[in-house]
Amino acid sequence: MLKRNVVKSKLGRRQLIKLLGLGAAGSLLVACQPQVVEKIGEKVKTVQPGEITVYSGRSEALVGPIIKRFEEQSAVKAKVRYGDTAELAATILEEGKNSPADVFFAQDAGALGAIAEKGMLIKLPDALLNKVDPRFRSPKGEWVGVSGRARTVVYNTERLHEEDLPDTILGFTDPKWKGQIGWAPTNGSFQAFVTALRKTEGEEGARKWLEGIKRNETKSYKDNTSIVRAVAAGEVQVGFVNHYYIYNLRKQDPNLKAKNYYPRGGGPGALINIAGAGILTTSKNLETAKSLLSFLLSEEAQQYFADQTFEYPLIAGVNAQLDLLPLDKINHPNIDLGNLADLQSTLTLLRDVGIL
Amino acid sequence: MATVDLRELGRTVWRPLGGDGRTRTGPRPPAVLWVPAVGVSLVMLLPLAYLFIRTSGAGPEVLNLLMRPRTLQLAAQTFGLAVTVTAGAVLIAVPLAWLTVRTDLPNRRLWSILISLPLVIPSYVGGLVMIAALGPRGMLQQALSEPFGIERLPEIYGFSGAAITLILFTYPYVLLSAQAGLQMIDPALEETSRSLGASSWKTFREVTLPQAQPSIAAGALLVALYTLSDFGVVSLLQFDSFTRAIYLQYQASLDRTLASAFALVLVLVSLIVLLIEMRSRGRAMYYRVGVGSGLAQPSPSVKLRHWRWPAVVFCGLVVAMSLGMPVLVLSYWLLRDFAAGANLQQVLLPALNSVYAAGLGAVVSVLAAVPVAILLVRFPGVVSAIIERIIYSAFALPGIVIALALVFFGANFATMIYQTMVLLVLAYLVRFLPQAVGALRASLLAVSPNVEEAARSLGRTPLQVAYSVTAPLIWPGIVYGGTLVFLTTMKELPATLLLSPIGFKTLATATWSYASGGFFAEAAAPALLLILVAAFPMAFLHVHERRGVS
Repeated sequence: MLKRNVVKSKLGRRQLIKLLGLGAAGSLLVACQPQVVEKIGEKVKTVQPGEITVYSGRSEALVGPIIKRFEEQSAVKAKVRYGDTAELAATILEEGKNSPADVFFAQDAGALGAIAEKGMLIKLPDALLNKVDPRFRSPKGEWVGVSGRARTVVYNTERLHEEDLPDTILGFTDPKWKGQIGWAPTNGSFQAFVTALRKTEGEEGARKWLEGIKRNETKSYKDNTSIVRAVAAGEVQVGFVNHYYIYNLRKQDPNLKAKNYYPRGGGPGALINIAGAGILTTSKNLETAKSLLSFLLSEEAQQYFADQTFEYPLIAGVNAQLDLLPLDKINHPNIDLGNLADLQSTLTLLRDVGIL
Repeated sequence: MATVDLRELGRTVWRPLGGDGRTRTGPRPPAVLWVPAVGVSLVMLLPLAYLFIRTSGAGPEVLNLLMRPRTLQLAAQTFGLAVTVTAGAVLIAVPLAWLTVRTDLPNRRLWSILISLPLVIPSYVGGLVMIAALGPRGMLQQALSEPFGIERLPEIYGFSGAAITLILFTYPYVLLSAQAGLQMIDPALEETSRSLGASSWKTFREVTLPQAQPSIAAGALLVALYTLSDFGVVSLLQFDSFTRAIYLQYQASLDRTLASAFALVLVLVSLIVLLIEMRSRGRAMYYRVGVGSGLAQPSPSVKLRHWRWPAVVFCGLVVAMSLGMPVLVLSYWLLRDFAAGANLQQVLLPALNSVYAAGLGAVVSVLAAVPVAILLVRFPGVVSAIIERIIYSAFALPGIVIALALVFFGANFATMIYQTMVLLVLAYLVRFLPQAVGALRASLLAVSPNVEEAARSLGRTPLQVAYSVTAPLIWPGIVYGGTLVFLTTMKELPATLLLSPIGFKTLATATWSYASGGFFAEAAAPALLLILVAAFPMAFLHVHERRGVS
């Protein structure tokens, strides 16, 4: 009895092995077949006039709806690869002249600067560039800001009032902030801020500030969202973040015990960075790519960013959310965002101080 | 009677291969074996080749940075984490494997499914959940503060938090491996041991454990290498590891040269780990002599008696921490969102895509692993040793490095398949082949070559032997290897994001997409579905195994 069962189960296994082999061969064949590929993806080489490929470092939750609006308006099919801004930038660099991307939509000016530096972005038409203030676009016209993001200090509203906070971010080296601060040294926006700090305070000034903050036993977090959550939870009392994260979290928790503070004295702690876009030199759809950028700078798209992502619209005539401090009220340091691409020295400084 | 050396008993039934099996030079492998094996190795070399290309132009400043004491400290720290996590995972997984395979544990098939599922939870989700549940002001602290006034929990950030989180989500590597290993062991041996008067514990320690050692070591190797490569947990729990340094390079400055140099150091560390594993695998090779007698025989259950309930409590605790806690936290996020009136995202298509991609990845990886594993086990020697190191070298690399390597080669030299399923599956192969090879090797070790030789002498070709004799015998290893690749592919992120056909969304990318934007509630739905979808094949496998063993 036992023996028969043994034989039976063996046969079952053999059949399964055979099935597995057939299945693999079959599914690979299927995967190679063009019509199925059409369904789940597309061939790299075939470029149709009504199509455009976008690499977006901004998440689908944020920009998916506005890209859909572009498709409806223009009858262009926009194919978007979503990912991390830096990883997509590295991807574009690796792809080189074979990049299938037409447009790179990045979370920060630094990544755009790195691509532009390799000569991989075209010079945009002035009509496009002139829609935004010169400080929010590449000096050479290789990328243009789409929305603005201010550096702020988020604070716990249970323990602190705005009056308790120092005039500028430099004031947080005071020992009374020991154990009270959260930051995200590995975060791109933070590093852009440190780069700005190096420009305004000089290398020595920046080093002193970093050492002072470190001496205050400042807690490191992975990203801005983690900081805002930690501040709201009272894990720390203040944190150095971008202004809009608090709004996403407030949507989930209306009683969030955290608020933004724009340093009243200005300085690098009140830096305004951008999320922006550029067009690749390898694009085979230059006109369509330009029409996408133009749409992103239209009134409709700018209003969308103001309302949905709580960022600052960058074109004239569209206003930010009411409870945001207006752009022109922010004491913004005089810094060329194109310069913020120089992150290697910032990294070296952060390493030297022992923060990274 | 009591003086019988049980290990001696093992030797009479299991024939150890004379001396050091690795250095023995056997006959030349047939072409049908080495051609595909070498082909697979060449594919596996792509990430290394890429790293050398990227670092070839490096100047002295890169060398300077690498030589800094900080780099050494990072390497030591990362290595320490890997060792701790591996030890923890083995301590949890080996008893679990034994309980679910060899004892009369109540509902052991259900436990088997539950304890293997944490493997499918993406690293960053695991990290987020740990912080939400056990972090300062997390759910546990909130729950304890009212009745007990507890204001502070032990610090979760740093080494211990990262280690605990990684142990909780990686022990299934060892578990699945050890389960497959235990299934291969001839139960007659244990029976004999006990009939000679040895206690259950002594039998386990001196008969069962030594024979399961290769499988346990194979699983432990995966845990160690995975820990080296992990980014999600170490970044969220703020432990400074090598992988974090590599990501930082990409993120901050797109400095691919320095990142690649760091990655090469990581490859070096992983080779050291590999060496340790080779030592711990044990020199003796055990073959089962009575082929077929063990596999199809019903495993006799060890009666747990009064240990029954402590065993159940142990399983329950592990499941509660590694599966219950994530499910609970994710459900909480989901429900809170639901109450707030948000609309759920479309998750059906990503679920289908996940199963499709992971299924392809698993099948292709197992098929590629067969010739490699046979070569490694049956034809030990210099070539095998090189191939083995090549195959494992990439497993400790962060996913982003492998993804970028394939972006580089795909976009520049294989444009036809760039950003198609073909290249994506190739990327899965490069990332996860070691899991399949480890599984197959461990099970092959238990099959005597004499059986295969006998089939050959009866006129079968090597291929026929592999298909009709070897494959059925190592079936548990095939199942386990395929399962491992399937589950890990389900949660794969960097390669899927960069290399998939454009617009191809999986549950893992959907989860990441929302979580990275801070939309935890929206991220919860695909994450929960990921666990649920993974549970089906696991359940199927366990039910199928039960029939196969009837």
